[in-house]
Amino acid sequence: MTKPYLKSSLAATFLLAFILNPFNFFAQEGNPIQDLGSSVHGNFQIDAQYYNPDSLIGAPKVPEKLLSNAFGNINFIKGKFSAGVRYEAYNNVKQGFLPQYKGQGITNRFVRYQDKLFDVTVGNFYEMFGNGLTLRTYYEPGLLYDNSLDGARIISNPYKGITLKGVIGKQRYFFTVGPGIVRGVDGEININELFDSIITSKTKFIIGGSFVSKFQTGQDPNLILPENVGCYSGRFNIIRDGFNLGAEYAYKINDPSADNKLSYKYGDALYVTTSYAGDGYSFLFQGKRIDNMSYRSDRAESLQNLLINYLPATTKQHAYTLLALNPYATQLNGELGFMAEAQYKIKKGTPLGGKYGVEITVNYSQAHGLKQYSVSDSAGGRTFYETKWDFKEISGKKHHVDSVLRNGEYTSQDVSYNDNYRYYQDFFIEINKKFNKKVKATFMYSHQFYNRNIIQAGSLNAGYKNLNSDLFLLDITYKYKPGSAIRFETQFLLTPAKDVVTTSNGVGRGNWATGMIEWSINSNFFVAVFDQWNYGNPQTGSESSIPTTDLRIHYYLFNAGYNSGPHRLAISYGKQSAGIFCVGGVCRNVPASNGLSLSLTSSF
Amino acid sequence: MKKIILLFVIALFASNFVVPGDGDKIPAATIKKLDGSKINSNTFSNDGKPIIISFWATWCKPCKKELDAIAEEYETWQKETGVKLIAVSIDDIRSSAKVVTDVKTKGWKYEVYLDENQDFKRAMNVNNVPHTFLINGKGEIVWSHNSYTDGDEEKLYENVKKLIKGEALSH
Repeated sequence: MTKPYLKSSLAATFLLAFILNPFNFFAQEGNPIQDLGSSVHGNFQIDAQYYNPDSLIGAPKVPEKLLSNAFGNINFIKGKFSAGVRYEAYNNVKQGFLPQYKGQGITNRFVRYQDKLFDVTVGNFYEMFGNGLTLRTYYEPGLLYDNSLDGARIISNPYKGITLKGVIGKQRYFFTVGPGIVRGVDGEININELFDSIITSKTKFIIGGSFVSKFQTGQDPNLILPENVGCYSGRFNIIRDGFNLGAEYAYKINDPSADNKLSYKYGDALYVTTSYAGDGYSFLFQGKRIDNMSYRSDRAESLQNLLINYLPATTKQHAYTLLALNPYATQLNGELGFMAEAQYKIKKGTPLGGKYGVEITVNYSQAHGLKQYSVSDSAGGRTFYETKWDFKEISGKKHHVDSVLRNGEYTSQDVSYNDNYRYYQDFFIEINKKFNKKVKATFMYSHQFYNRNIIQAGSLNAGYKNLNSDLFLLDITYKYKPGSAIRFETQFLLTPAKDVVTTSNGVGRGNWATGMIEWSINSNFFVAVFDQWNYGNPQTGSESSIPTTDLRIHYYLFNAGYNSGPHRLAISYGKQSAGIFCVGGVCRNVPASNGLSLSLTSSF
Repeated sequence: MKKIILLFVIALFASNFVVPGDGDKIPAATIKKLDGSKINSNTFSNDGKPIIISFWATWCKPCKKELDAIAEEYETWQKETGVKLIAVSIDDIRSSAKVVTDVKTKGWKYEVYLDENQDFKRAMNVNNVPHTFLINGKGEIVWSHNSYTDGDEEKLYENVKKLIKGEALSH
């Protein structure tokens, strides 16, 4: 932790302690606290894990044996004022998170004033302009993602239907702040609210725009680095009954960074969403094209660190273990992706729908690389790429072009459609049916294509093999009395033999199956036993060559939990397989683990 | 560092003086209606009758199970007690477009809001979804519950009825 930050943290804590001091504000006898319109709330979470080394599953030896992540928030509200502090402690940070989260300290503190005209925050704050293509600061403790701005924000509603925002600050970077200053303004107009004549119109129009700029000093012996990098965007939404259409386009000036290998190319992004929903059915389409849109307040940073904007993945978000075994993350340097989804509910009382109706979801999503033209910089001896807007990219056929810029013109050569530039594909079906008051079931099928080189290693030449997989899931809940239920869940992941390889990377592990029984004894207690079995691992131990260890491993896990009101305690013991953790457009491996873990969450 | 911890402890201690158990007003946060307009969470009202606020997400299976289970009984609940359910989605921009399609397909009759950057979630100190709050007729938070087990909705409704009768609530 740097000294200035410590000082400001201390100052904020003093301020908060002063505000919170009951003897200043709340000690008036016989005056009920609620009459003062004040309250204090907070939450905390403690996650601790005891690690056993397990060389068979690849769980590393953890020198500390026990690791823990913990945080606590306190928010104080008094009328139009509020203030808050968050303390975080990592002793040391759990496996799978960035090791820079080591130690403890106050990582978030703010003071805020809100009335009808103004909303002013000084300290740490979270903000999103439009869809987040230019700026989004966000906090997700489960992912240890926090890129809050530490500075000042003013939001104003000067006239009906108009919202103006201004922000300035530096971003949180572990226990300090990043080097760059981020400034931004955003305006949004709700046209219906602005004009009385259309305020009751069923069709709603919203338009908005934002401008964000970052400043970071640039000293490089060979390059003139832009110190101020601007990024702006425009957006609109049209909404009528069940119909929604929204789009945003963002443009960023040249921003040489570690992400784009110091390329001086501009960046841009287009994000479009449209949907129609009627009674019992709906359609949704999301599409995006992003090109060189990594935008960080430190041009040298990587991973999830100091990202200013957010480029959401347009793929289905899975929650079940095997379906989410190979998750997708947006490729910040460039990708084209879309998702289409249809949902239909077969009405109850029909032959197919039965007594309770049946819900069906069909989803298709894909993402692939942009058409790129490599450009060599003869002076610097470096190679870059250029892109052009070309809707042939969407067809996914002959979309990759290798070419060179010569005499100001592209000479291009089509290369056939190639799996290297297909990043991800997912065809997904979900059927939900309730059979009677006691039994309901979910069935899922998914076919996934996963480009491990790009998604996990960010390079076509990482030496992995692409993965095709078919996934099946069945989840049945039997509620045998009010508040008590047994849930059975089974999942299969099947990989064709051609995609199964034994490699030193430890991937290509073949087929998987899981089984789970979860018993909710009452609404306070649950116990569960889970087994994830890598039964298709090609290394069976019977090969004549070394290695001879059987890797068809069972990962058993026992879970128990206690819930009461806003409190939750969960304990688990067993093995967890190595997984992939995606955040901020970057995926990284989480090592396997074997041991006892405990999680306590509470809010007050 | 020790000072910070000490102050943190003091702040926690101070909070013990201030927190009057439950019964605080809903904190202010800007959230979005499905028609794109913005409202402040401190304007939630139900003519002096109780409100249930349920934090959920389109990717959260237990959340949808809970809201589905309540949907089957919702008409009866409303007739008997006048209770209103406000479903606040914490989906971020990646999945928030799915909120309206899920709600319409399922035919939920709730008041639904989007909390895309989770300002309201943070103001309410929600760690995980589902997290359900019960608000009394005066707009005060009187009960909350984290997670969902099949049948929890019956307990929730018991508490709604107790709230109307002025009886003590149970967890």
